[in-house]
Amino acid sequence: MTHLPTSPFPALLVGLPVLLAVLGLFFRARGRAAVGLAGSFLTAGLVFVAFFEVTQRGTLIHILGGWEPPLGILLRLDPLAAVFIGLTAVVGVVISLYSWWYLRAREACTGGFPLFWPLWLFLWAGLNGLFLSNDLFNLFVAIEVVGISAVALAVLSGSSAALAAGLRYLLAAIAGSMAYLFGVALLYGSTGTLDIGILGQVLEPGATTTFALLVITLGLMIKTASFPFHFWLPPAHSSALPPVSALLSALVVKGTFYLLLRLWTEVFGVSLTFAVGQFLGLAGAIAVIWGSWQALMQDRLKLIVAHSSVAQLGYLLMIFPLLVLAPGVTAGSADWLYPAWTAGIYQVLAHAFAKASLFLSAGIIVMALGHDRIQSLRDLVAWMPMTALAIGIAGVSLIGLPPSGGFMAKWMLLKGIFLSGQWWWAPAAFAGSLLTAGYVFMLLRLAFAPAREEGPFRPVPRILQVCALLLALGSFLIVLPAESLIRFLEGSEVFGTGIETIMEGGAYGND
Amino acid sequence: METYQIYSLTSAVLFVIGLAGVFASGHFIKKIIATNIMGGGVFLCLVSFSGRDALAFADPVPHALVITGIVVAVSSAAFALSLARRIKQLTGKESFSNDK
Amino acid sequence: METTSILPLLILVSSLVPGILILLLREEQIALRTSLNLFGALAKVGLIAWVFAGYLRGEEYNFTFNLALDLTFTLRVDQLGLLFATLSSVLWLVTTVYAIGYLEGGEHRRRFFAFFSLCVTASTGIALSGNVITFFVFYEFLTLSTYPLVVHRGTDKAVKAGRTYLWYTIGGGTVLFLGVVGLFVLAGPVYFGQTDIIAGLVEENRTLLTVLFFLMLAGLGVKAAIFPLHGWLPVSMVAPAPVSALLHAVAVVKAGAFGIVRLVYDVYGIETSGQMGVLTPLAVLAAFTIIYGSVRALYQDDFKKRLAYSTVSQLSYIALGVAITGVLSTTGAVVHLVHQGIMKITMFFAAGNIAETYGYHKISQLNGIGRRMPLTMGAFTIAVFGMIGLPPVAGFVSKWYLGLGAVQAGSYWVILVLLASSALNAAYFLPIVYRAWFCEPEQAFVRPQRSGLLETQASLLLPVVVTGMLSLAAGVFAATAGSPLAIAREIAEKLYLTIP
Repeated sequence: MTHLPTSPFPALLVGLPVLLAVLGLFFRARGRAAVGLAGSFLTAGLVFVAFFEVTQRGTLIHILGGWEPPLGILLRLDPLAAVFIGLTAVVGVVISLYSWWYLRAREACTGGFPLFWPLWLFLWAGLNGLFLSNDLFNLFVAIEVVGISAVALAVLSGSSAALAAGLRYLLAAIAGSMAYLFGVALLYGSTGTLDIGILGQVLEPGATTTFALLVITLGLMIKTASFPFHFWLPPAHSSALPPVSALLSALVVKGTFYLLLRLWTEVFGVSLTFAVGQFLGLAGAIAVIWGSWQALMQDRLKLIVAHSSVAQLGYLLMIFPLLVLAPGVTAGSADWLYPAWTAGIYQVLAHAFAKASLFLSAGIIVMALGHDRIQSLRDLVAWMPMTALAIGIAGVSLIGLPPSGGFMAKWMLLKGIFLSGQWWWAPAAFAGSLLTAGYVFMLLRLAFAPAREEGPFRPVPRILQVCALLLALGSFLIVLPAESLIRFLEGSEVFGTGIETIMEGGAYGND
Repeated sequence: METYQIYSLTSAVLFVIGLAGVFASGHFIKKIIATNIMGGGVFLCLVSFSGRDALAFADPVPHALVITGIVVAVSSAAFALSLARRIKQLTGKESFSNDK
Repeated sequence: METTSILPLLILVSSLVPGILILLLREEQIALRTSLNLFGALAKVGLIAWVFAGYLRGEEYNFTFNLALDLTFTLRVDQLGLLFATLSSVLWLVTTVYAIGYLEGGEHRRRFFAFFSLCVTASTGIALSGNVITFFVFYEFLTLSTYPLVVHRGTDKAVKAGRTYLWYTIGGGTVLFLGVVGLFVLAGPVYFGQTDIIAGLVEENRTLLTVLFFLMLAGLGVKAAIFPLHGWLPVSMVAPAPVSALLHAVAVVKAGAFGIVRLVYDVYGIETSGQMGVLTPLAVLAAFTIIYGSVRALYQDDFKKRLAYSTVSQLSYIALGVAITGVLSTTGAVVHLVHQGIMKITMFFAAGNIAETYGYHKISQLNGIGRRMPLTMGAFTIAVFGMIGLPPVAGFVSKWYLGLGAVQAGSYWVILVLLASSALNAAYFLPIVYRAWFCEPEQAFVRPQRSGLLETQASLLLPVVVTGMLSLAAGVFAATAGSPLAIAREIAEKLYLTIP
């Protein structure tokens, strides 16, 4: 790993947001927001440049302080990480733009929740750190930074509902972190190293490794709100401020998914069995159906969107049973690996854009009406056509209708399911699409229906609606560069790989 | 059985007790204490590894990890406690009325 | 061979661009909107005529675009597609005129005409699709663009109907999606006409291919209103008459029927389908739907609902014709695509005229209306004769060929079905004709709510007369070259040429 080209970018990607966040703390309310917004744009610009670097030079590393692993901290910016960091930046900067106006309108006296900005920048730094870290402990620190910032953001509004939901979130986060740390401890105990690359090579199958795998997966599943640990997500995401909900649903939960993906493919290949992969897929399938069903039953927009997040995250988990190869199957012959990976990437991208857009639209509705009961959405196409369009487009992507990003994800997922012969996942995907269509069209139906009575509504600044619409369109536009994106991702060692399970005679390894 | 294996086992037990405790009760403080117990188990496990393989001196890496972990756990607990306190102030509730 | 031409794309754009532009207009900009609509419709007809002429000269028009990774978007002009596209565009032009008049003074017209245009874009896209993926994309797009039209009126009934519509069509779409993905995984990107791909796979994957066939058939069958997936059609009658006319003659239902034609002929191939034995269940289901639809129609008093069940019945003629092997039955099926469209649209226009001019929605109210609206009812009567199968109206031609095809294939039971259906058609249509012309009105006529030079507004009258005459002409001039029958015959013959 240390032979790869070095670059200061990985460190900057974590350091700059932190610096800007700290800088912001020195200002008073309005100044803080300005610093925050400017900081967001700066960080986004940095990400853009770093992304470009990676396309030119391939995977970049940065060795902090010059101390090499296994004791030092190595940050790795490979194409996969770059895509996630890029996603965070693009969605994040649009949400920042939205927040500037939204928060000010929401609480004009204090300049709109000034603590939002440093917290958001810390969160961003933590996410970047999570995507870049290459050793288990740095990952733990990143997870913590992300977790605490996220909870703090979630309780920002100060309402009792937000506080209760935030406490639940925090407890789940701590439980998840402790579980993760336990696994890290076990891995260190058995191998003496924390570096992901080295672990992948020296890890041997055994009780300790299996237990570590299970407990780390447990921790990460709690944090990704997988069934049956999903209960904290709907209240937390729905009672937070709309821009925060967007950040949480679109970006934060993707971080722990990324981690799950990395650790399973790069570290744990040796102790995974086919059954464990199936178990994860089952959790995902149940989440898809359960979450969509719950969304259908809600009567508040933010709750619908939050439950929808649980469901859509379930799709991500359904990738795992496809990645774990049955005994005897080699990665070379498994032509479903590519579609499975593509499905995962596109589900992450499409869901991030669509979900952020939906939460931002929900914020617009709340600002206009003062509440988010969906019965008041009647005739939305007349009094807020842009927002109705945004909801429609984002919803279509969630259902997975062509030619959206969500369609690409479901297409690839079904391809992977069929190619691998694991057809039993197809009904879950099928039911998920139908139920998603159910709640999306429930919203659209109301949007087209004539109004019952003329309710009062506040005018909403155009820029907010434009932000929501942009993100919704984004969920469609990500399909266009598909070829180049996949080619770019192939530069990452881990993309397109499968996890070969233990075979007889002790042959193991991940290619 | 070697020493550190006893420690590992104990830590596993503590961890499970803590995890169960988080889900078992709805009371805020009980849940927070449960997470601390989980943490305790994990830290015990981590620290026990610093004495493995009969090294001449204790391995400092687990020490560093545990210290970081304890700091994080304490801060999180403090955060959780302040949230619980605020909820009590606002609503008078001390537990989640309907769990999950 | 593979000349990439932008013309197929232009044909789509001619209704896509007006659709999007109309969305951006304000509600009051009526003149601009009307001009955009008509311009788009005329442009589309013109472009298709141009392409048609080119096609007859032997030119090929292909437009391929790699959407992403392995999803290729292809538009390709072939005779079957051209036939459907011509039908769509001509009837769209007529319906646009009708809708402009019908919705005068109505609300949300901007929304209506915008989605109207998008709907036709989807429909034409289905016609011109060159492979299964492109077809699927437009198929789903059709669902999305027709929903706002169904719920246009905004009443509770309309909203409820929209919900039913969606459950059926999205459900069907998802099932179709499963079939499409499965097919893709098994056979790669299947271009329409490349039936040898599936033929090569039948030996080893017979069961899987059969399952996929029925999955796709189910998905297509929803839009084609095959029993028991027809439930959305009568319920959607709550939409305004132009929507019912368009949905029932051109867009949604024909898309489903067209899809079935493509599935059997251009994806699986007639030989392979026959070998696999999937055609018999299709024939049985189609036959049942034919009778079922007609029987249900007998009991409807609501005019549009009776027409809806008649559509359910008539569409399965196409499916039945597809399911029977033979040049003649294929000709009958393909030509009925066109003929049923023209005849049914006439009937819906007539129903809409009566409803708008006098407010009569029920058949029991139609006594003596023929005297008040002779042109409208005249056109309707012509269409009725066609539906029953009386010469020289178009419907006779298609039924004749279907019957002959049944004889050729030795499926004599089909003839029984056809005869029974004709009898039932007579049973539920002739009373309307009789009432209209020969009965005394039970109540005094109200003053016409729409008036024009003749019996009603010109923009309502002209379309119905035009389509009525087209129904007659398609039958009378069926033997001439260039008629729908001649083209259908050519398509059928080309299909069976490859079979020894």
